[in-house]
Amino acid sequence: MTENPKNAIEVEGLTVGFGRANILENLDLQVREGEILGVVGGSGTGKSVLLRSITGLLKPRAGRIRVFGETVTELDMEARTALEQRWGVLFQDGALFSSLTVAQNVEVPLREHLRLPQKLMDEIASYKISMAGLPQDAAPKYPSELSGGMRKRAGLARALALDPEILFLDEPTAGLDPIGAAAFDELIRELQQTLKLTVFLVTHDLDTLHAVCNRIAVLAERRVLVVGTMDDMLKVDHPWVREYFHGPRSRAAGISRDGH
Amino acid sequence: MAAAGEFSIEENATSWRLAASGDWLMRSAGPLAAALDDLDPRPKPLTVDLGGLTALDTGGAWLIYRTARRLEADGVEVDLVNASRDHEFLIQKVAENDRPCTVEEPEGPALLVLLARIGRWAEHQGHGVRNALGFMGLVAAATGRMIAHPSRFRFTSFVHFIEKTGFDALPIVGMITFLIGIVIAYMGAVLLRPYGGEVFFTDLLGVVMLRELAVLLSAVIIAGRSGSAFTAQIGSMKLHEEIDAMRTFGLDPIEILVVPRFLALLVTLPILAFFGDMMGLLGGGLMAWIVLDTPPDLFITRLREAIDMSTFLVGVSRAPFFAAIIALCGCYEGLRVEGSAESVGYHTTKSVVESIFLVIVTTALFSVFYLTIDV
Repeated sequence: MTENPKNAIEVEGLTVGFGRANILENLDLQVREGEILGVVGGSGTGKSVLLRSITGLLKPRAGRIRVFGETVTELDMEARTALEQRWGVLFQDGALFSSLTVAQNVEVPLREHLRLPQKLMDEIASYKISMAGLPQDAAPKYPSELSGGMRKRAGLARALALDPEILFLDEPTAGLDPIGAAAFDELIRELQQTLKLTVFLVTHDLDTLHAVCNRIAVLAERRVLVVGTMDDMLKVDHPWVREYFHGPRSRAAGISRDGH
Repeated sequence: MAAAGEFSIEENATSWRLAASGDWLMRSAGPLAAALDDLDPRPKPLTVDLGGLTALDTGGAWLIYRTARRLEADGVEVDLVNASRDHEFLIQKVAENDRPCTVEEPEGPALLVLLARIGRWAEHQGHGVRNALGFMGLVAAATGRMIAHPSRFRFTSFVHFIEKTGFDALPIVGMITFLIGIVIAYMGAVLLRPYGGEVFFTDLLGVVMLRELAVLLSAVIIAGRSGSAFTAQIGSMKLHEEIDAMRTFGLDPIEILVVPRFLALLVTLPILAFFGDMMGLLGGGLMAWIVLDTPPDLFITRLREAIDMSTFLVGVSRAPFFAAIIALCGCYEGLRVEGSAESVGYHTTKSVVESIFLVIVTTALFSVFYLTIDV
């Protein structure tokens, strides 16, 4: 990390809700450039809602979201499109377009935003697919022919197609076996270092938090409860945070050393 | 934002020198690629100076790598100099990931592809007939079991589908048959006028509506409205493994999903056809009263002379057959959904097209049949 880190994402006073209930209320969060921020929280605390708000898929009721200093909610179409090219999103199950092959999926953003000759696009798709850790023979396959882990890798290749500066990951290791999950953690870390990415990572996976995240933000009570490193988390005296980081699964992951 | 990526090139006595500057990023890859592809320093070696680069991503790194790869294949010595550590690392990373792959499986020669498609289609049709017959058998068996053990009948679900396919369809069926009634009454009067037979438009309206049109229109509307819904509902349940989950509990999806829909349509379609009859006559009668100066009492008297119970029965007796076609097509296609959301759409379309086609074929068969037995 640089000595004087700038913020890639700044969220101020964000309120998002459906119907009568607010999911997030007056939430503040900063993501520094070049860091991997892990966002954790119980089911239904609005982790995915936060991700969807920052990427503009949900309209907040109040608050300001700035990405690279630009206020997302106030941009016109053109500026928004330009900004959207600077981030990539990996959805939970990859969200690949089912009528296209993996390689064609990776080419979609290239085709949409850049004017490149087909041959160059094929080459770019090839090395992106390889970087995401997929074998070459996966490229001409359709998403329905792939396993869950491969779909996630393909989704990652597509998210990285335009060489974004920020990568949003929604539960990247959910549904993967431990070996696959560990390999995916390793892949995220390696890509982050190679491409100097800022990563916003929503997860439930303590191993992932431990293995890849620089800082962790805990969502609870409709806001960000605490932000800090893993060591900071272990000192927090909030019942949910204690339960989460000191629970049996946490001990198994080798994070917390108290107890037995 | 810094300058877009560019490069300058100069020729020395013994070599060429390419100086890259600005941001070599994915978004400027298009023009850069075109310029780099024209590069041909043969036979002298090429020195690539990366010292002037202000930014580099994998797009730019790939361009540098692919150019070097192309020239080296042509026997040109390429030397990358003054690259920062990060840039060098990035170029090395993309080089490691140079594993070309096919984007899409190539298709064979056109004639072969055509023949293969015809063959697959024929095979598919054959299996389709066999599977459809099998499915009808399964539904018949499940319905039989239900009659033998009435306690297994899903009454709530049955009533739900009666509401969805019957009650909720009343406005649209009523509206359409009403409008068609108006059209037939008016067109009948206009066309019969030159022959002095204007008064016989009631015969035309009564016979056409009751014998053929009301039941056919209801069936087409229900095929589009409920048949498609059956396919989509069952199809998305199949995608979410709900059907497999049922099987693991020892529950029969045919019994739970298909039979209630099938029986509900058997009940509702005849009622809808009757409702359509009434609305069609109402539309025609209203037209007669307002435009053709035939008061309601006269209209009813003439209508009673033109039609009798058998006219109505000839029409409505087809409704259960249509209902069976629509329900079976809808559920069958729903159960054949697999893989992706696209498949749901494909099978939904197929179920609607198939059921409307079969309904019209059946109508034709019935008309011939009733004419033959002289009803």
